[in-house]
Amino acid sequence: MLRIAQPEFNALRAHGEETYPHECCGVLLGRMEDEERQVVETVRCGNTRADRPQDRYNIDPHELVRIQRQGRERGLDIVGFYHSHPDHPARWSQTDLAEAHWIGCSYIITSVEQGRAVTTNSFALLGSGEEDKRFEDEQVEVVSEKVLVREFEEE
Amino acid sequence: MKIMIPTPLRQYADKKDAVEVNAGTVAEALSGLTSRHPELRQHLYTDDGRLRAFVNVYLNDEDIRYLSKEQTLVKDGDTLSIVPSIAGGIG
Repeated sequence: MLRIAQPEFNALRAHGEETYPHECCGVLLGRMEDEERQVVETVRCGNTRADRPQDRYNIDPHELVRIQRQGRERGLDIVGFYHSHPDHPARWSQTDLAEAHWIGCSYIITSVEQGRAVTTNSFALLGSGEEDKRFEDEQVEVVSEKVLVREFEEE
Repeated sequence: MKIMIPTPLRQYADKKDAVEVNAGTVAEALSGLTSRHPELRQHLYTDDGRLRAFVNVYLNDEDIRYLSKEQTLVKDGDTLSIVPSIAGGIG
Protein backbone atom coordinates (compact mmCIF):
# COMPACT_ATOMS: atom_id res chain seq x y z
CA MET A 1 0.00 0.00 0.00
CA LEU A 2 1.06 3.55 -0.73
CA ARG A 3 0.10 6.53 1.39
CA ILE A 4 0.78 9.93 -0.09
CA ALA A 5 0.17 13.46 1.10
CA GLN A 6 -2.52 15.25 -0.90
CA PRO A 7 -0.33 18.17 -2.09
CA GLU A 8 2.28 15.74 -3.39
CA PHE A 9 -0.36 13.64 -5.15
CA ASN A 10 -1.68 16.80 -6.81
CA ALA A 11 1.87 17.86 -7.72
CA LEU A 12 2.81 14.67 -9.57
CA ARG A 13 -0.44 14.80 -11.57
CA ALA A 14 0.15 18.47 -12.41
CA HIS A 15 3.66 17.59 -13.55
CA GLY A 16 2.23 15.18 -16.12
CA GLU A 17 -0.06 17.89 -17.44
CA GLU A 18 2.79 20.39 -17.71
CA THR A 19 5.06 18.11 -19.72
CA TYR A 20 2.27 16.77 -21.97
CA PRO A 21 2.58 15.44 -24.68
CA HIS A 22 5.86 14.23 -23.19
CA GLU A 23 6.31 11.88 -20.27
CA CYS A 24 7.18 13.40 -16.91
CA CYS A 25 9.12 11.61 -14.19
CA GLY A 26 10.13 12.07 -10.60
CA VAL A 27 11.08 10.52 -7.29
CA LEU A 28 8.97 9.70 -4.23
CA LEU A 29 10.67 10.44 -0.91
CA GLY A 30 9.36 9.14 2.36
CA ARG A 31 9.52 6.10 4.56
CA MET A 32 9.15 2.40 4.01
CA GLU A 33 7.63 0.10 6.60
CA ASP A 34 7.16 -3.53 5.63
CA GLU A 35 4.50 -3.50 2.91
CA GLU A 36 3.63 0.18 3.25
CA ARG A 37 5.34 3.14 1.67
CA GLN A 38 4.62 6.67 2.85
CA VAL A 39 5.35 9.55 0.52
CA VAL A 40 5.91 12.91 2.14
CA GLU A 41 7.63 14.61 -0.78
CA THR A 42 7.83 14.29 -4.55
CA VAL A 43 10.88 15.54 -6.44
CA ARG A 44 10.54 16.48 -10.09
CA CYS A 45 13.20 15.18 -12.45
CA GLY A 46 14.02 15.92 -16.04
CA ASN A 47 13.27 13.30 -18.70
CA THR A 48 16.60 12.60 -20.38
CA ARG A 49 15.01 10.66 -23.27
CA ALA A 50 15.13 13.63 -25.63
CA ASP A 51 15.00 11.22 -28.58
CA ARG A 52 11.44 10.03 -27.84
CA PRO A 53 10.04 11.83 -24.75
CA GLN A 54 6.47 11.15 -25.84
CA ASP A 55 6.72 7.46 -24.92
CA ARG A 56 9.95 6.97 -22.95
CA TYR A 57 11.44 8.34 -19.78
CA ASN A 58 14.77 8.11 -18.04
CA ILE A 59 16.06 9.84 -14.92
CA ASP A 60 19.70 10.93 -14.91
CA PRO A 61 21.37 8.73 -12.24
CA HIS A 62 23.37 11.72 -11.09
CA GLU A 63 20.07 13.38 -10.20
CA LEU A 64 19.13 10.25 -8.23
CA VAL A 65 22.42 10.35 -6.32
CA ARG A 66 21.74 13.96 -5.35
CA ILE A 67 18.13 13.26 -4.35
CA GLN A 68 19.14 10.19 -2.35
CA ARG A 69 21.78 12.22 -0.50
CA GLN A 70 19.54 15.21 0.18
CA GLY A 71 16.68 12.97 1.30
CA ARG A 72 18.90 11.05 3.68
CA GLU A 73 20.06 14.27 5.31
CA ARG A 74 16.42 14.85 6.24
CA GLY A 75 15.61 11.27 7.24
CA LEU A 76 13.80 10.47 3.98
CA ASP A 77 14.41 7.51 1.70
CA ILE A 78 13.60 6.93 -1.94
CA VAL A 79 10.44 4.81 -1.73
CA GLY A 80 9.38 4.98 -5.37
CA PHE A 81 9.04 6.89 -8.60
CA TYR A 82 6.36 8.38 -10.79
CA HIS A 83 5.89 8.99 -14.48
CA SER A 84 3.09 9.79 -16.91
CA HIS A 85 1.61 8.02 -19.91
CA PRO A 86 0.47 10.68 -22.39
CA ASP A 87 -2.72 9.50 -24.12
CA HIS A 88 -2.26 5.96 -22.80
CA PRO A 89 -3.77 4.10 -19.85
CA ALA A 90 -2.30 4.28 -16.36
CA ARG A 91 -1.08 0.69 -16.56
CA TRP A 92 2.48 -0.54 -16.54
CA SER A 93 3.97 -1.61 -19.85
CA GLN A 94 6.49 -4.33 -20.65
CA THR A 95 9.06 -1.56 -21.04
CA ASP A 96 8.20 -0.26 -17.57
CA LEU A 97 8.73 -3.72 -16.08
CA ALA A 98 11.92 -4.46 -18.00
CA GLU A 99 13.44 -1.15 -16.89
CA ALA A 100 12.28 -1.34 -13.25
CA HIS A 101 14.98 -2.39 -10.81
CA TRP A 102 14.00 -0.87 -7.45
CA ILE A 103 12.36 -3.95 -5.95
CA GLY A 104 10.19 -3.11 -2.95
CA CYS A 105 9.46 0.38 -4.28
CA SER A 106 6.32 1.92 -5.75
CA TYR A 107 5.94 3.00 -9.36
CA ILE A 108 3.12 5.51 -9.86
CA ILE A 109 1.71 6.03 -13.35
CA THR A 110 -0.71 8.81 -14.35
CA SER A 111 -2.58 8.76 -17.63
CA VAL A 112 -2.73 12.20 -19.21
CA GLU A 113 -5.36 12.54 -21.93
CA GLN A 114 -5.33 15.60 -24.16
CA GLY A 115 -3.28 17.42 -21.56
CA ARG A 116 -5.39 16.53 -18.52
CA ALA A 117 -4.39 14.08 -15.80
CA VAL A 118 -7.07 11.41 -15.59
CA THR A 119 -6.16 8.24 -13.69
CA THR A 120 -3.31 7.67 -11.25
CA ASN A 121 -2.40 4.11 -10.28
CA SER A 122 0.46 2.68 -8.28
CA PHE A 123 2.27 -0.61 -8.72
CA ALA A 124 4.60 -2.24 -6.24
CA LEU A 125 7.67 -3.88 -7.76
CA LEU A 126 7.96 -7.23 -5.98
CA GLY A 127 10.14 -10.32 -6.24
CA SER A 128 13.53 -11.50 -5.09
CA GLY A 129 15.53 -10.30 -8.08
CA GLU A 130 15.63 -9.58 -11.81
CA GLU A 131 14.51 -13.12 -12.68
CA ASP A 132 11.17 -13.09 -10.88
CA LYS A 133 10.35 -9.40 -10.48
CA ARG A 134 6.76 -8.39 -11.11
CA PHE A 135 4.41 -5.45 -10.69
CA GLU A 136 1.39 -5.79 -8.43
CA ASP A 137 -1.46 -3.31 -8.19
CA GLU A 138 -1.36 -1.49 -4.91
CA GLN A 139 -3.88 0.61 -3.07
CA VAL A 140 -3.20 4.34 -2.98
CA GLU A 141 -4.39 6.26 0.03
CA VAL A 142 -4.24 10.02 -0.34
CA VAL A 143 -4.07 11.65 3.08
CA SER A 144 -3.72 15.16 4.39
CA GLU A 145 -0.17 16.41 4.71
CA LYS A 146 -0.66 16.99 8.44
CA VAL A 147 -1.40 13.30 9.06
CA LEU A 148 1.87 12.13 7.51
CA VAL A 149 3.96 14.88 9.11
CA ARG A 150 2.47 14.10 12.53
CA GLU A 151 3.14 10.37 12.15
CA PHE A 152 6.65 11.16 10.97
CA GLU A 153 7.42 13.35 13.97
CA GLU A 154 5.98 10.85 16.43
CA GLU A 155 8.50 8.17 15.44
CA MET B 1 35.03 5.34 2.87
CA LYS B 2 31.29 5.10 2.83
CA ILE B 3 29.08 3.12 0.42
CA MET B 4 25.47 4.27 0.17
CA ILE B 5 23.00 1.40 -0.18
CA PRO B 6 19.80 2.14 -2.14
CA THR B 7 16.48 1.12 -0.55
CA PRO B 8 15.92 -2.08 -2.62
CA LEU B 9 19.29 -3.54 -1.64
CA ARG B 10 19.19 -2.82 2.08
CA GLN B 11 17.41 -6.08 2.81
CA TYR B 12 20.62 -7.81 1.71
CA ALA B 13 22.83 -5.54 3.85
CA ASP B 14 21.31 -6.00 7.31
CA LYS B 15 18.93 -3.11 6.52
CA LYS B 16 21.82 -0.62 6.60
CA ASP B 17 21.61 2.52 4.47
CA ALA B 18 25.39 2.89 4.41
CA VAL B 19 28.40 0.66 4.95
CA GLU B 20 31.95 1.78 5.83
CA VAL B 21 34.82 -0.03 4.10
CA ASN B 22 38.57 0.38 3.77
CA ALA B 23 39.61 0.36 0.13
CA GLY B 24 42.05 1.79 -2.38
CA THR B 25 39.89 1.36 -5.47
CA VAL B 26 36.19 1.12 -6.33
CA ALA B 27 36.67 -2.60 -7.02
CA GLU B 28 38.13 -3.14 -3.56
CA ALA B 29 35.32 -1.16 -1.98
CA LEU B 30 32.64 -3.21 -3.73
CA SER B 31 34.51 -6.40 -2.94
CA GLY B 32 34.63 -5.40 0.72
CA LEU B 33 30.92 -4.74 0.64
CA THR B 34 29.97 -8.03 -0.99
CA SER B 35 32.26 -10.12 1.18
CA ARG B 36 30.55 -8.65 4.23
CA HIS B 37 27.10 -9.01 2.66
CA PRO B 38 27.37 -11.89 0.15
CA GLU B 39 23.71 -11.76 -0.88
CA LEU B 40 24.37 -8.39 -2.53
CA ARG B 41 26.68 -9.96 -5.09
CA GLN B 42 23.99 -11.47 -7.32
CA HIS B 43 22.09 -8.18 -7.34
CA LEU B 44 25.13 -6.14 -8.37
CA TYR B 45 26.99 -8.52 -10.68
CA THR B 46 26.17 -10.80 -13.60
CA ASP B 47 27.16 -14.48 -13.49
CA ASP B 48 30.40 -13.65 -15.29
CA GLY B 49 31.34 -11.10 -12.65
CA ARG B 50 30.55 -7.84 -14.41
CA LEU B 51 28.54 -5.03 -12.86
CA ARG B 52 24.96 -5.32 -14.11
CA ALA B 53 24.23 -2.78 -16.83
CA PHE B 54 21.48 -1.06 -14.86
CA VAL B 55 23.67 -0.60 -11.77
CA ASN B 56 25.17 2.89 -11.74
CA VAL B 57 28.06 3.53 -9.38
CA TYR B 58 28.98 7.08 -8.49
CA LEU B 59 32.13 8.16 -6.68
CA ASN B 60 30.94 11.32 -4.93
CA ASP B 61 29.31 13.09 -7.92
CA GLU B 62 31.09 11.27 -10.75
CA ASP B 63 29.93 8.21 -12.69
CA ILE B 64 32.79 5.70 -12.45
CA ARG B 65 32.21 4.83 -16.13
CA TYR B 66 33.73 8.24 -16.94
CA LEU B 67 36.59 7.83 -14.48
CA SER B 68 38.66 4.63 -14.46
CA LYS B 69 35.63 2.40 -13.90
CA GLU B 70 36.22 -0.13 -11.13
CA GLN B 71 39.93 0.69 -11.06
CA THR B 72 39.15 4.27 -9.99
CA LEU B 73 41.18 5.23 -6.92
CA VAL B 74 39.30 6.11 -3.75
CA LYS B 75 40.33 7.70 -0.46
CA ASP B 76 39.00 8.13 3.04
CA GLY B 77 36.08 10.51 3.12
CA ASP B 78 34.85 9.52 -0.34
CA THR B 79 31.28 8.35 -0.82
CA LEU B 80 30.33 5.63 -3.26
CA SER B 81 26.66 5.56 -4.29
CA ILE B 82 24.99 2.53 -5.84
CA VAL B 83 22.02 3.68 -7.90
CA PRO B 84 19.97 1.31 -10.06
CA SER B 85 18.62 3.06 -13.16
CA ILE B 86 15.11 4.46 -13.50
CA ALA B 87 13.47 4.32 -16.90
CA GLY B 88 10.44 3.06 -18.75
CA GLY B 89 7.77 4.05 -21.18
CA ILE B 90 4.72 3.11 -23.15
CA GLY B 91 4.60 -0.15 -25.07
